[in-house]
Amino acid sequence: MKPILMGKAFLFGNNIDTDQIYPGRFVELTDAKDIAQYAMHGVDPEFITKVRDGDIIVAGTNFGCGSSREHAAITLKEVGIGAIIAESFARIFYRNAINLGLPLFICPHISTLIQHNDRVSIDVFTGVISNASGPLAKAEPLSEYVVHILESGGIKPLVKQQLEERS
Amino acid sequence: MHAIEKLLAKKAGKASVQTGEIINCEIDMAGINDLYLQTIRSFFEMGATRVFNPHKVIMFMDHYAPASTITQAQNQKQFREFCWEQGIDLLMDIDQGVCHQVLADKGLAYPGEIVVITDSHTTTHGAFGAFGTGVGATDLAIILATGKLWFRVPEIIKINFEGIPQKGVYAKDMILYAIGKLGADYAVYKAIEFGGSTLQHLCVSERMAMCNMSTEMGAKASYIQPDAITMAFLNEKVTHPYEIYQTDANFCYVDEITFDISHLTPQLSAPSSVDNVDDISKYIGIAIDQAYLGSCTGGRAEDIGIAAAILEGKKISSRTRFVIVPASKGVLLEAMEKGYVKTLMEAGATFVTPGCAACLGTHEGMLASGETCITTANRNFPGRMGHVSAQIFLGSPAAVAASALMGKIVDPRDYLK
Repeated sequence: MKPILMGKAFLFGNNIDTDQIYPGRFVELTDAKDIAQYAMHGVDPEFITKVRDGDIIVAGTNFGCGSSREHAAITLKEVGIGAIIAESFARIFYRNAINLGLPLFICPHISTLIQHNDRVSIDVFTGVISNASGPLAKAEPLSEYVVHILESGGIKPLVKQQLEERS
Repeated sequence: MHAIEKLLAKKAGKASVQTGEIINCEIDMAGINDLYLQTIRSFFEMGATRVFNPHKVIMFMDHYAPASTITQAQNQKQFREFCWEQGIDLLMDIDQGVCHQVLADKGLAYPGEIVVITDSHTTTHGAFGAFGTGVGATDLAIILATGKLWFRVPEIIKINFEGIPQKGVYAKDMILYAIGKLGADYAVYKAIEFGGSTLQHLCVSERMAMCNMSTEMGAKASYIQPDAITMAFLNEKVTHPYEIYQTDANFCYVDEITFDISHLTPQLSAPSSVDNVDDISKYIGIAIDQAYLGSCTGGRAEDIGIAAAILEGKKISSRTRFVIVPASKGVLLEAMEKGYVKTLMEAGATFVTPGCAACLGTHEGMLASGETCITTANRNFPGRMGHVSAQIFLGSPAAVAASALMGKIVDPRDYLK
C-alpha cells in the first residue's frame, strides 16, 4: 500500500446507501469487471465515465448503510477508487471494503472541508488529509489489524496463509 | 458484563471481554443468501476445500425465489451444487422463504447463539436472545473456511419502550419513531438492547420486527432479554440446547433512552431515508400506486392477519395494486389455514410466493418511475424497490392494508374493527 494516497475528490452527502452505490437489480452479477459497470449508479449513472484510477470519494455520515452486498465495495475498488474518506461508515460496508483491501478513513466534518474535484491526498499512517491549499484535517488512525489487512492486499491472502500453515 | 458480552466471551473461549476488544468467536450458524456467489468464490480463493462443519452452515434461496433471470438461475445452481458437494443439509430452497423467518420457523434461532448471515437484517435474532449480525460475502467465506470470525466487542445502548400501545399502533410504529428521533446512524458499530414495560404487550412477531429494524439505526446486533413470551415460543420450536445469559445489575450502558409510547400514533417513514419519520397524519391523502406487505420486517402471519381483518368483505381501490409476500412457507401455510389468503385475494390482493421479492428491487412487484408505494418493509432508499424516482413510505401492516383499501394514505385506526 502506498503511504500517500492521492486523487481527485468525488463529494457525496450523508447516508449514501448501498442501493445508491450499487442498485439491487444488478446484484446477480458476480464478476468484478461486470460489477464495475454500475458503480454509484443510483446517485450518478455517469460516475463510471468520470472516475479515474486513484480518485477519492469524500462523503458525510453513514456511508455504505443498508444492505450487506459486497458488490458496493467491489464496484468502487474495481473502478479504481483509491480511498474513501467519510464522517462515518456503516459497519458492514466498512468490513467489506477493508476485507477487499480498499482503505477507508473516518474524519469528522470532512464533507464540509473538501470541494468536488479538489486534488486530495491522505497520509495512510498519520491520517493527515490535504488539498492544494495545504493540510485540512486529520482522520482517525487505522487500527493495527486494519493496516495489517490492507498491507496484505485484503483479508483473503491472510486467511489463505493461515489455512496453509494449519495444514 | 452485559448478556451480549457474556455470550461473546463464551464463544471466544474467554472468561470476560471488554468494549472495543477484538475477539475471534466460534460461529453457531453461518447463513449464505443466493445473492452472494462471491462467498463461494472467496472460499476457494482462500484455498479452502471443505466447510468447517456442514451442519452449522445454512443456504437460503430467498432473494431470487424463484429465479427470474438466467443469471440468477445459474447462481442458484452453483449454490445447490456447493451444498450437495459439501454435505450441507440445510439447503433452504425456493419454497422456504426469507432467511430470518425460516430460521425462526425451524427453531434454529435461540438464546446464546451466534448467527451470522450475509444479510444485514440478521439483527432480527436478538428477539430470541441470540447475537445475530450481518456480514459480507468474504467474511462469510472466512467462517465457512475456519468456523470463526473476528468481532469488535460493541458498546451497548439500551432503548426502553414504556406504556401500553394504543389500538392500531404496532412495534413497527415504535421502532420507526425511535429511528426518527435518533437517526439512521445513531447505533453504528453498537448493539442495542430493547427493554421496558411495552415488551410485555409485544408478541414474538412484533419483537422480531423491532429487532430487525435496529439495522436501520446502524446497529451491529440487537437483544431482548428472553422472558415468558420468548420461552413460550422457544418451547414450541427449539430442540437445540441453549443458554440464556443475564446482564449484571451494575452493567453500565453507553446510552440509555426511554420512549413513552402510550400516546404514540401510527408513524410513517417518508422518502428517501428511514429516519425521515413523522406522524401518519402529515401524509394523509397521498395517492398510492402499490401497497406492499412482506419482507423479514413485516411479512409474518400476524401482519397478514391484520390486513385480512381490515379488508374482510371489502375491495381495494381500483387504482392500487396490493402485493403480499409471506415471509416463509410456514407463514403462508398459517395464512391459508386461517383464511387470510382467501379474504385478501377476494379483496383484490396479489400473492407472491415466499421470499424477499420486491423489497430489494429485484423482481415481483417493482415500481415504475414516479410511482408511490407504501410498504411494511424496511428501506425507502432511492431506487430500493425499482425506479429511482419511485417514492416509498414505510409503515405498519395496518397502515399498508388501509391505504390499499382507500388507494391513498389513511390513518389505519379508522379502519380497524
